[in-house]
Amino acid sequence: MKFGIVVFPGSNCDADCYHVMKHVAHQNVEYIWHKQDDIKDFDALILPGGFSYGDYLRTGAIASFSPIMPAVIDFARRGGPIIGICNGFQILLEAGLLPGAMLRNRSLTFICDTVNLRVNRTDTMFTNQYVQDQVLQVPIAHGEGNYYCDNETLKRLQDKQQILFTYCDADGRETAEVNPNGSVSNIAGIINERGNVMGMMPHPERCSEPILGSNDGLDIFLSIIEWRQGVGMR
Amino acid sequence: MKQLTYRQMGLSDEEFQQVETILGREPNYLETGMFAVMWSEHCGYKNSRPLLKMFPTEGSQVIQGPGENAGVVNIGDGQALVFKIESHNHPCAIEPYQGAATGVGGIVRDIFTMGARPIALLNSLRFGDLEDARVRQLFRGVVAGIAGYGNCLGIPTVGGEVYFHPSYQDNPLVNAMCVGLVDQDEIALAVANEVGSLLMLVGAKTGRDGIHGATFASEELSESSAERRPAVQVGDPFMEKLLIEACLELIKEDLVAGMQDLGAAGLTSSIAETASKKGLGVMVDVLKVPRREEGMTPYEIMLSESQERMLIVPRPGKEARIAEVFDKWGLDAVVIGKVTADGMFKIYEGEILAGEVPVEALTDGCPVYVRQGEEPPHYKEAQAYDIDSLPRYDLQEALLKLLASPNITSKKWVYRQYDYQVMTNTTVIPGHGDAAVLRIKNTLKGVAFTTDCSSRMVYLDPYRGGMLAVCEAARNLACCGARPLALTNCLNFGNPEKPYIYWQMQNAIQGMADAARALNTPVVSGNVSLYNESRSAQVFPTPVVGMVGVLDDVSKRCEMSFQNEGDIIVLLGRVRTELGGSEYLAVCHQIEAGEVPQPDLHEEVQIIEMLLELCARGLIKSAHDISEGGLAVTLAESAIQGGLGFETDLPAAADQASQILFSEAPSRAVVSLAPENLDAVKEMASRYQLPWTVLGKVGGRRLVISEGNHELIDLDLEQAGHTWGEALACIMK
Repeated sequence: MKFGIVVFPGSNCDADCYHVMKHVAHQNVEYIWHKQDDIKDFDALILPGGFSYGDYLRTGAIASFSPIMPAVIDFARRGGPIIGICNGFQILLEAGLLPGAMLRNRSLTFICDTVNLRVNRTDTMFTNQYVQDQVLQVPIAHGEGNYYCDNETLKRLQDKQQILFTYCDADGRETAEVNPNGSVSNIAGIINERGNVMGMMPHPERCSEPILGSNDGLDIFLSIIEWRQGVGMR
Repeated sequence: MKQLTYRQMGLSDEEFQQVETILGREPNYLETGMFAVMWSEHCGYKNSRPLLKMFPTEGSQVIQGPGENAGVVNIGDGQALVFKIESHNHPCAIEPYQGAATGVGGIVRDIFTMGARPIALLNSLRFGDLEDARVRQLFRGVVAGIAGYGNCLGIPTVGGEVYFHPSYQDNPLVNAMCVGLVDQDEIALAVANEVGSLLMLVGAKTGRDGIHGATFASEELSESSAERRPAVQVGDPFMEKLLIEACLELIKEDLVAGMQDLGAAGLTSSIAETASKKGLGVMVDVLKVPRREEGMTPYEIMLSESQERMLIVPRPGKEARIAEVFDKWGLDAVVIGKVTADGMFKIYEGEILAGEVPVEALTDGCPVYVRQGEEPPHYKEAQAYDIDSLPRYDLQEALLKLLASPNITSKKWVYRQYDYQVMTNTTVIPGHGDAAVLRIKNTLKGVAFTTDCSSRMVYLDPYRGGMLAVCEAARNLACCGARPLALTNCLNFGNPEKPYIYWQMQNAIQGMADAARALNTPVVSGNVSLYNESRSAQVFPTPVVGMVGVLDDVSKRCEMSFQNEGDIIVLLGRVRTELGGSEYLAVCHQIEAGEVPQPDLHEEVQIIEMLLELCARGLIKSAHDISEGGLAVTLAESAIQGGLGFETDLPAAADQASQILFSEAPSRAVVSLAPENLDAVKEMASRYQLPWTVLGKVGGRRLVISEGNHELIDLDLEQAGHTWGEALACIMK
């Protein structure tokens, strides 16, 4: 399977995602420079974390107008799997591929830590390797990860089961105390209605090898491979 | 030239006369400014150079010692670490966020200029008393600045230290360290170029910011320092990120003959250093320099310290390819001058010659001052302090007080703001070990880094304090299982023209040099920051040590936290009772005095070697060195981080419990191990001729320290954990 990692100027988790896909998941993987406009021969895309364009103006805002983005949007329309991690999630929001917006963390400071995440659905191409309500330990590192949407959008996300990951305690309870950044309904990651575009603030690529303390994140990438081998994108 | 002008620029009357002699005429405004910055302490090391000669700088592990942008050590497999620490103290006193941010930017440029990929940032921070709102604002701003810049670059900030003491009230210390990884055949040494080579400038446009920053860094802070705000630069981490990627691409493709970052003294310094290495000359046209503002004079352009700029000397014929690489990253590179044969630094403004000076006069011509030190009166007084006269202090209360002391308490409030995991190499994260440990991908190896300095000890006894800083750094690495390789240092002192201060410098440097020699950790790079004074006080002498080490097998790394119920707790090294200079005396008795514990360098070598063997053979579960707060705090931290209590029994020593618990004497560590390994550990200790004491066992939910049948301390683990874990966050709320 061939993964493409979209590199914007200022991306800084691109090499981390590349390492996991290449050396841990043993997949074919290539960087896609943001000035490219053709991404036909990729099977899945990763928009990595970082500070695209320095996150000047608004996180992800400038990147969403990058030359590559029309091709990314087209890839999504054709049903191709796309993961946006951290800044990648912010870019997906700015590009309108996912609903909602990011605010600054409630603490107004950058937060680097490891949090518990609950997997709310396992019938997706990103989570089929997990068990329902499994609690994962995944690092976060962001200044603007406070997910916000209006009540109507929130209701739609809930009704359509689009809230894939939520911040929780060790037992899977979504309490206010364990919400690290103030996100609405403890939302850490969401999926689009069609189920092929996923954005999450935590960093699964930082917990994909035991030497880093946890490999809970690896199954997100393995899920895509499993999905492809099963139903597949024909 | 008006006396007032050159004095304002920082030149003394004698130095100005020297310039006149060199030129055979009176220098113009531009030339005077160039001499002033190049001959500042910050660029020229004119007060410290003779002292720095004391440091050992060689060893089989050293690939590049002092004199380049950073030092380089061999870590095997054809790889090397490139590292350096640098101060940005004065800018942070005025504008904490930007001062700290640009401090990070500057040290990162030093590393990738050498062709290395920056893989880690550390820092060493000193502030005044947190009771003061202004100090809290400085602290908050500096931490946010480091985070804002480092996080954006995607270089993890993996370690460091933070101390608080009133001597830093108006003059905080902000030292940033960067470590890079490079394949040895790709190390780029500064500029070996030939006549006719072009000089390209790339990166940010040149503005009026930071003019005379180097001079500003070389004088005492005063009431009017806030007016110096234009001397503080503004950082753009996004631009720096682009520069890193573009410049490393140039080196991979072997397109450049030389590369030099623009730091203190801007174009003047980087161009002069480019040419002086080979006794060449240089010409530059300031009108070719892309400027941010209209009407900038040659003086302003040559002295601007605008950030995120690099000077590139292309390999002949590679200029077009270089321009392509920069274009890919959206950067403009322009040719601003060329290398000449005449040994002169000529500055043109279009056709007009705006100034010319001999290159060597700017660099090697910098005057050197050997000063006379004088022992300060406080030294003997402090040494003579009689510890026996101390009133009694409840031991449990003392431990709680120490755990809540800003100097000891968890620094999570700080490191939580730093991205310490990006690049996915950090295997011992902040707060979990005595040093940070990173794996090196595609090898079995790990590397470990630490920064250390107990400045109160240095203040009380500069010679011993200097030794202690080096010893502690090496011991911290060894506790993680990493062999110490080499060090960089940042020498923060007051005004060297004052004999007491010079005496501190002499002795601290001598102490560091002696320890570095004994531990085989040569000094490969460093930075000197003098004139750290303000109206309130001189800072404690603070020679910060940044040390790097290597683990052959990163899976053998060790952390500080207790791991299993029933494990045996052993003190390695002597039971010691010296309390001089301890945090206990300062926090519980408001005393900063006493004889500083005497380091025994042979013993230090032995304990380091033994810790390395213990880790390599997998005989221990945890290791934590004894430093601030003494044995009691070391035990408590291992327990809190491991989520396990302990029951320990002190060796009987009549009425010396407080000394045994709170002495910060060196060459000691607390380890925990499975009971079945105790005999092997005892055998090893006797082989290393090290005393050991079984203190007790890991387990339960309480921290219990007894002496025979007499219980001295019995604390709830949760309570201790809360006190230690939350104190700083509470203060900063």
